[in-house]
Amino acid sequence: MSIVLGFIALCLHLALMLAAAPLLVGVLRKFKARLLGRTGAPVLQPYRDLARLLRKQAVVAENASAVFVLAPAVALAGTIAAVALVPSFTLGTSTSAASDLLLIGGMLAISRVALALAGMDIGTAFGGIGASREMTFAAFAEPVMLLVIFTLALLVGTTNLDVIATVGREASLGLRVSLGLVLAAVVVLAIVENGRIPVDNPATHLELTMVHEAMVLEYAGWQLALIEFTAALKLLLWMTLIAAVFCPFGMAAPDASPLYWLLGIVAWAGKVAVGTVGVGLLEISIAKMRVFRVPEFLGVALLLAVLAAVFLFVSQGFA
Amino acid sequence: MNVAALLAVLRPMLAPVLTALLAGCGAVAALSYLVMGAPAVTLDLPIGLPGAGITLALDGLSAVFLLVVFLASTAAAASAIGDHHYTETAPFLPAFVGGMALALVAGDGFSLLLGFEAMSVTSLVLVLSTHRDGTVRQGGLLYGGMAALGALSLIMVVGLLAQRGLSFAAMRAAPPEGWRAILVLALVLVGAGSKAGIVPLHTWLPPAHAAAPAHVSALMSGVMTKVALYVVVRVLFDLCGPAQPAWFGVPLIVLGAAGALLGALRANMEGDIKAALACSTIENVGLITIGFGVALVARGADLPALASLGAAAALLHIVAHGLFKPLLFLGAGAIQDGAGTRRLDRLGGLIHRMPVTSALLIFGAVNLAALPPTAGFAGEWLLFQSVLGAPRIGGFAVQVLVCVTAGLMAMGAALAAAAAVRLVGVALLGRPRGPRAAAAEEAGPWKLRAMSGVASVAFLVGLFPGSVLRLAGPALRTLTGAEMGERAGLAVLTPALDMPGYAALLTLALLLLAFGAIWFLRQFADLRTTRGPAWDCGFGASTARLPFGDPLTQYSGGGFSQPLRRALGHSILAAREVVSMPEPGDTSAARIEVTLRDPANAWVFAPFAYWRDKASGIADTMQFLTIRQILSVMVGVLVLFLIVIAVIEQL
Repeated sequence: MSIVLGFIALCLHLALMLAAAPLLVGVLRKFKARLLGRTGAPVLQPYRDLARLLRKQAVVAENASAVFVLAPAVALAGTIAAVALVPSFTLGTSTSAASDLLLIGGMLAISRVALALAGMDIGTAFGGIGASREMTFAAFAEPVMLLVIFTLALLVGTTNLDVIATVGREASLGLRVSLGLVLAAVVVLAIVENGRIPVDNPATHLELTMVHEAMVLEYAGWQLALIEFTAALKLLLWMTLIAAVFCPFGMAAPDASPLYWLLGIVAWAGKVAVGTVGVGLLEISIAKMRVFRVPEFLGVALLLAVLAAVFLFVSQGFA
Repeated sequence: MNVAALLAVLRPMLAPVLTALLAGCGAVAALSYLVMGAPAVTLDLPIGLPGAGITLALDGLSAVFLLVVFLASTAAAASAIGDHHYTETAPFLPAFVGGMALALVAGDGFSLLLGFEAMSVTSLVLVLSTHRDGTVRQGGLLYGGMAALGALSLIMVVGLLAQRGLSFAAMRAAPPEGWRAILVLALVLVGAGSKAGIVPLHTWLPPAHAAAPAHVSALMSGVMTKVALYVVVRVLFDLCGPAQPAWFGVPLIVLGAAGALLGALRANMEGDIKAALACSTIENVGLITIGFGVALVARGADLPALASLGAAAALLHIVAHGLFKPLLFLGAGAIQDGAGTRRLDRLGGLIHRMPVTSALLIFGAVNLAALPPTAGFAGEWLLFQSVLGAPRIGGFAVQVLVCVTAGLMAMGAALAAAAAVRLVGVALLGRPRGPRAAAAEEAGPWKLRAMSGVASVAFLVGLFPGSVLRLAGPALRTLTGAEMGERAGLAVLTPALDMPGYAALLTLALLLLAFGAIWFLRQFADLRTTRGPAWDCGFGASTARLPFGDPLTQYSGGGFSQPLRRALGHSILAAREVVSMPEPGDTSAARIEVTLRDPANAWVFAPFAYWRDKASGIADTMQFLTIRQILSVMVGVLVLFLIVIAVIEQL
């Protein structure tokens, strides 16, 4: 892919992801509402919410520092930088050489740390509770993430997501037990990272059970809009990431003509739709678990990830 | 340095200035030596042991460590300029730096021991600068004991290696084999490992590093641990020769993984900022040890590319940690001076009173949390890459070990991030928890200069990790026989040739672009901001009666780590919580008491103390024997001794 085309593809990818993120949340809410027998808000409601928040003034606590004001923008910047590294409809964009899975994890960690610090900046109990729990969950999520990357690196020989997707697209990996185990671990990881039910409830109004919402309790106006948008973008990011690793079919090859991009966009939309249905079905069929069950939940994922690596060692005598 | 020490005896106030100047010159010299790629030089001095003299040797490996030591020393000494608290022990500061430098340029066993012990003794004196405080004396005592144990083991290491002579060249000519090599490995891990904070001899770090003055603990935690690691590496990689078996590195990987988890977990539990930072040093030393372990195993399995990757990762993390840890310790010192305490439970809201120090500390904490594109992230990224490549070594046991190590490293990294958020969130953000914190004062000009200097070097290392590894090329060749070469480019760092890797500059550009775009688009929103009391889910503002009662409802350091303590601390640190609730009607406060126990205390130190007491009990009874019994014991020992000699002669 030429440099110009690669750059255009990157811009198109970013524009699509940024534009579609609120829509994903709207569709997910609508789908859940219909499953529960409610009519639900229109699918475009998240856009209206964001527009409304942008029109409102921000109310900032008296003792807020610069950290509080900067954190939403830093969190969104980290997430957008991660989004730029994850391939959606085509491979070989301008950033494909840098799309390292560890780096993507680092970008998401920037976002997490920024919001955790913001939660502690005002000095209220709720901010602290959210920050403390968020960092605790991360301590259990990170090993799962790394062992997943470990297994993928064993299979493909690199931690670069673009290369992993390329190898998967050519179907040279085939169906493997390890990949199935890894997929299960990644789904658990994605649920925890996005704070979905059963780990956290983005629609909760009960303070003591909140994690993410407790951290951002003090925000209003444009700052809250940035945070809401970050959460939506992160959900889309994880779905795209899972699709790129486990279901890279339909993505345009690096040297394919831009006409194949259309096919890639359709395939990507389809994969995200499947993911949305999955999340919706999971969320209506399960209750939120106690906070101290989450490390156990992640422990299961950790076990699956370790098993995946050990399966590879045994089956390949990996060398 | 010795001249500086002598001068400093006469004029204590000059000590930091002279140390900073000399260390600065040393840093420039080490850097220019590395940039020019000059060959190794040796220098024989006619002083020292009779008939043997002293050999000094400078090669690429020494120079990399020297650079780190001198950079951190410049900053640490500069931060002490104008500080009148520690004039009594000031002459020991240049001597401490000189001791570290001597250990690094030693070319024979004697000068190595001389430098290492000079470093130990002077740092012990510096720890005791404020010896009127009881906890300081306790920390110093523990440190003194560990230093003595370390010295004993290192002397035996030198003895085992010096089959044909004390110089390094003679040691290389006769590398240890068989049981001798195993003994060297074990003793060097005890001798230098105890100084570096390698598990299980790490327990002295938090009390001792917390007790020392800030600029001294910056050096002890940031670079003295690195000098100890240099001794480990010099002995195991260089002096033991390249013919050691592959399993030689396995103990390093196991101990390193244990340290990474234990140190990071304990960093979340400590209530003292400096103790928490010292625990995070244990974690980072563990990570570095893993890198060297992978290198050693890969070298034994004849995989030079992987070996150089592991060693390069360890060296890069040594540089990164050797810069950001002094920054954090100097910041902790500034907090102690400005807010009067290092206890998290008394701090809070310092970002309003100490904005520059807070900004620098946040930068250090971001390094500690290993967020891209900092130096901390670059080091850990390369370490993960070397571990991800390690299954190629082969053997099911090694592969499973590597897999578990990878998981523990990741957990350590995430726990370190939690510890960083805890330090910044509790100490710098929020509301002040006491009057002293509310009236904190910004650090003095030299402290700020020192911190911003070391922070900017750390920033550059984060952006150009490949250049650092280029400079470390000769060191890598000494260690593993291979270099990073093209893998360490100016812009991109890759684990293998023709592979995509990590581009720090591009990462920074992406983040800045995204942030800039958001900040630009922000102006289309309503930017008028109203300031008001915190919402806090509708809880009202506190009454005027309780100016500092209400801020105590914030999360404290102990509260922040409570989920981790329940989830992990119970099994690893034997955490126990005792809640004492007053009877109904009783108005006294409810209390929660938390006890933690480091596993090393339970498994290593407690049995040691038990047997020491036993032995002293036996010695005690022997004091009160009658003369006849004493004589018969002596005769018995003599006979036993002769029998042993006779048996040995027969063999």
